[in-house]
Amino acid sequence: MIRTAAILFRKDLLVEVRTLQSLTAMVLFSVMAFVLFHFGLDRDTISGSLAAGVLWVTLLLATVLAVTRLFVAEREQGGFETLLLAPIDRTAVFVGKAASLFTFLVAVEIVALPAFDILLLQGTILDGMPQLLAVVLLADVGLAAVGALVAALGAETDARELVVPLLLMPLLVPVVIAAAKASAPLLSEPAASAHLGRWLLMLTFYDLAFVLVSLGVFDYLLED
Amino acid sequence: MVFGNGLRALALVTAAALALAMGLIFFYAPLEADQGFVQKIFYLHVPLAIVALCGWVAGGIFGIQLLRTGDRKWDYRSYVAIHMSLIYGVAVLLTGSIWAKASWGHWWVWGEPTLVSFLIVFLLYCTYQPMRFSIADPEKQGRYAAVFAITAGAFVPLNFMAVRLATPLVHPRVFTRVAGDLPGSMRLTWLVSLVAIALLFVTLCKLELTSKSAKDNLRRLRRRLEARDEAAAERAFVGAN
Repeated sequence: MIRTAAILFRKDLLVEVRTLQSLTAMVLFSVMAFVLFHFGLDRDTISGSLAAGVLWVTLLLATVLAVTRLFVAEREQGGFETLLLAPIDRTAVFVGKAASLFTFLVAVEIVALPAFDILLLQGTILDGMPQLLAVVLLADVGLAAVGALVAALGAETDARELVVPLLLMPLLVPVVIAAAKASAPLLSEPAASAHLGRWLLMLTFYDLAFVLVSLGVFDYLLED
Repeated sequence: MVFGNGLRALALVTAAALALAMGLIFFYAPLEADQGFVQKIFYLHVPLAIVALCGWVAGGIFGIQLLRTGDRKWDYRSYVAIHMSLIYGVAVLLTGSIWAKASWGHWWVWGEPTLVSFLIVFLLYCTYQPMRFSIADPEKQGRYAAVFAITAGAFVPLNFMAVRLATPLVHPRVFTRVAGDLPGSMRLTWLVSLVAIALLFVTLCKLELTSKSAKDNLRRLRRRLEARDEAAAERAFVGAN
């Protein structure tokens, strides 16, 4: 199962590295969103809960972009039938897709976090960096698990461009709550880490719950 | 599939229970000292919310049953439970807003975790029907809807936990506080109201299930009739030539 998932994951990465479709779109979207927030909020620098909100809403919407594209290559170029004909566990498909989504998110954040720092924080992000990294990585696991599940749910619908964002956003509200609450003190002027443990625990719990739910139900998606 | 058995008796019991609950609410339960008459919406709002949430979780459990057995009747049940809970959800948000306006002075209070969680869960379930009906194949539709119902059912408690952690409490926690907070007459009224509203939910679900299965049967019969007419017309055409 792990081997199959790894093969699928490598295939997705290869496709992405050669086309750079999702990653470019996500990075451009994030930077554009920061610019829009600058004008929308009419602020040169932001901090605290405002900064956390801007960061997490942007990352959430960038995730929506990636999730709507997650099964596009399979569907448009006929890989779907091959994938379903292959004698492999459906769970491997889920693990592979979630792993690719996770990798995309990390790759986007490698560009988006420094861009956020330069554009809206003026170089203060490093103060709380180790803790912020923990928050980001834990949140990414949740985003990736739920994202892969919703992508598969939406893959068979006629109106997936509409259904996927609508399904995904309410499901990810707890991630945004926990991640924004955890990073707000880390992004404020003297970086502090109040209640960090509680929010990290919350994120871990969410990740665990949705990875388990997804593993349990994914077998019933993408059949025939 | 027959869902209509005992519908009439159930409807009568529900009507009696609702009448009893209304009687208790308006003539038996004492006026609350602090909020006065407005507090009576509590006997509607809280049971509606509890029943709606239970209906959603039940929709998830029926979804599990559908995936395990493959029997279409669980799909019907899951769909109807979620659909009815959505209708209840609208009533919950309306009564909650009215109560919030009357007792806290605002139509919407972000500091109130239960209200906010309910809104998020409501918004999530609002996408159930758009998702379901954009899948053409009926068998696949049921399966995908069941996966949604299970995921969302697991999401309900998680979401309540996350929102509660994030906000300080405003809502009265009437049953968790030390005993004696809610007088016996109020508690009795509330319990009767809960039972009546739960019965109303079950009756409405049964009614919708009956109407859905009747509609399906009608469609099947009509299709068979059309096929027969066509065959007859063809025979007539061949005979004429």
